[in-house]
Amino acid sequence: MSAPELPSRQEVEELLYREAALLDEWRLEEWLELLTEDATYQVPPTDVPEGDARNTLFIIADDAVRIRSRVKQLLGKSAWAENPHSRTRRLITNVRILGAEGENILATANFAVYRMRYESADTYIGRYDYRLIRQGKILKIRERRAILDNEALRPHGKISFIL
Amino acid sequence: MDKAAETFIIDDQAAGLFRVNRRAFTDPECLEQERRCIFDKCWLYIGHQSEVPHAGDYRSRTVAGRPLILVRGDDAVVRVLLNTCTHRGTMVCRQKSGNAKTFQCPYHAWTFNSRGQLVGVPGEDAYSPAFSREELALVAPPQVDDYRGFIFACFDPAAPSLYDYLAGAREYLDLVADQSALGMKIVAGQQSYSARANWKLLVENSYDGYHGMSTHQRYFTFLSDVGIDMRGGNLSTLPRQHALDLGNGHAVLEYQSAWGRPIAHWVPPFGEHRKAHFEQLRRRFDERFGPERARRICETSRNLGIFPNLVINDIMAITVRTFYPVSPDYMEVNAWALAPAEESAEDSALRLDNFLTFLGPGGFATPDDVEMLESGQRGFANREVGWSDLSRGMKREHPSITDELQMRTFWRRWNQLMTEPRLHRARKVA
Repeated sequence: MSAPELPSRQEVEELLYREAALLDEWRLEEWLELLTEDATYQVPPTDVPEGDARNTLFIIADDAVRIRSRVKQLLGKSAWAENPHSRTRRLITNVRILGAEGENILATANFAVYRMRYESADTYIGRYDYRLIRQGKILKIRERRAILDNEALRPHGKISFIL
Repeated sequence: MDKAAETFIIDDQAAGLFRVNRRAFTDPECLEQERRCIFDKCWLYIGHQSEVPHAGDYRSRTVAGRPLILVRGDDAVVRVLLNTCTHRGTMVCRQKSGNAKTFQCPYHAWTFNSRGQLVGVPGEDAYSPAFSREELALVAPPQVDDYRGFIFACFDPAAPSLYDYLAGAREYLDLVADQSALGMKIVAGQQSYSARANWKLLVENSYDGYHGMSTHQRYFTFLSDVGIDMRGGNLSTLPRQHALDLGNGHAVLEYQSAWGRPIAHWVPPFGEHRKAHFEQLRRRFDERFGPERARRICETSRNLGIFPNLVINDIMAITVRTFYPVSPDYMEVNAWALAPAEESAEDSALRLDNFLTFLGPGGFATPDDVEMLESGQRGFANREVGWSDLSRGMKREHPSITDELQMRTFWRRWNQLMTEPRLHRARKVA
C-alpha cells in the first residue's frame, strides 16, 4: 500500500478546530461523525504518559463501542458528573503533521482545556496525538489520545466530559 | 460547648437509629484530631511488594502527609524510609520511581544506601567523636509489616501487630491474594485524582451498595447494552450476599454480581471465543482450592474497607485505593489495578478494559461518585441540617449489601479512636 498523501496543516487544523467546537458545544452526536467506525479514544495515566493501554492502567481507553456508549450516557440524564453539563473551552495550538504510518496520517497538537463547573475552573493541559485517515475526500479521526501534562487530576478530580 | 455539639455519632441500637454529626466532615479541628488519633495510630497502606521487584527499586509515596520512600534494599528486604535527610531535612529521593544503589542528598551530599544507612559524609573529619553515622541513618516508621504482599506502616510504636490489626480483613485479603499462584502484582499506571470532599465520604461510598442503582444507572444500562443479563435487577435482592463487620473498623460487602470477572467468570461481552479459556481458568481454581472456595474467589465480588483509608474492591477488576485529607473538604486519591502476575497479555488487556468500564476518574461510574461526594460536601454548608443518617438495616439480623452496617462499623471505630484520648484525660483529671 502506498503512503497516503499528507493533508495540509490547514486541513488538519480545520478538523481539530471543528472537533473542539463540537465538543465545547456538547454536539456529541455530530462529533461522532468525525470519527471512523473503529475509532479509539485514550487518556493515559499521568505517571505513564506514553504507556500502552493493553498493559497499563489508563484513565480512559475507549474502543468504538465505549466511545458511543460514553456519548449516549453524556447526552442522557444519569451521567451525574456532567448533569448539568460543564462549560468547557478548548485552545488547540502547535498543530503539526508528523508523517504517515501505513494508511494513517499522524498529527499532533497542544491543548489547554478549561472546565468550568460550580464556579470552579480546572485546566487540563497536554498534547493530542491523532491518527487520521482519509475516507473518500474526508479526513477522519481513527485514534485520538489526550496525553496530560498535569501530574495528577488535582484538583480536577475526574475527566467526566470528552477531553 | 454543649454536649450535643461535641458528640460525633448517635448510635441508638435500641431504636435502630444511627446518625453522624456533619461537623466530622467540615471542622478543621476535627481533621487535626484525626491526624493525631487516626492517621498517627493506625496501620496505613504504603504499597505492594510487586512495585519494587528488584534490589534497589524504589517508589516515592506520600502517606499521611509524609513523603516516604518504598525501597527494596540490596539485601532484598523491602523498607519504608522517611524521605528527609537526617542532616538538614532535604528530601534525599527526588524521583517518583527508579532503581538506585544510593540516595544522595543534593544539599550537602550526604549519601545513604538502599538500606537507609548513612555511608557518605563529605568532610567527616570536621565532626567530633560523638558524631555517629549509625544514629543518622534514614529513619523508618516505628512499625512496618507486610501481609501477603500488601505493605503497611504504623507511626505508633505501641500499636498491635499488623496481623492482629487486620483481624477479619485477612480472610478477604487472602481471597484476593489467592487469585495468583505466583503472587499478585500492581499493574503499571497510577490513577491520581482528588475530590472536593471529606475523605470519610469516600470511605462510605467505596462500599455503599445502596447508591448503586441510582448513582450508577448509566453503568448498568451500559452493561445491559453490551449484552449482560441484568434480570438479577436490584442489588438488594441478589442471592448469596452480605455485609460483615470484620473487626477494628474493617468491613466488607460480598455478593454475586452481574458483571464479568476477569479472574474466571465469563460474561457475553468477553466474547464467545474466550468461553472455553475461562472454563479452563476456572478449573485451575477448582483444582487448587476445591469447588466452594473456587466459586467464592471467582464468582463473588467484594468491596473491602480496611480502616481507616484502604479500599480493595475486587469487583469487575481489582482496584487498590487509598486517600488522604488535605483539608476537611478536599482529599487526594491514588488508585491502582491489581492482577495475577501470571496473567496472559490478552487476559490482562481484558482485565484493564473491564476495570475502565466502571472504575477510575474517567470510568462510567467513579466520576459520578466523585460528583455525589462533592455535592454532599457543598450541602454540608447548610449547618442547620446537623446530622447524616446511616440507620439502614440496623434492626436486621443479617444486613444486606444495600444496608449501612459497613459504614456504621467504620464510624464506631472512628468514634472510639477520636474520643478515647479525651476519656483518658478526663480520668486523669478526676
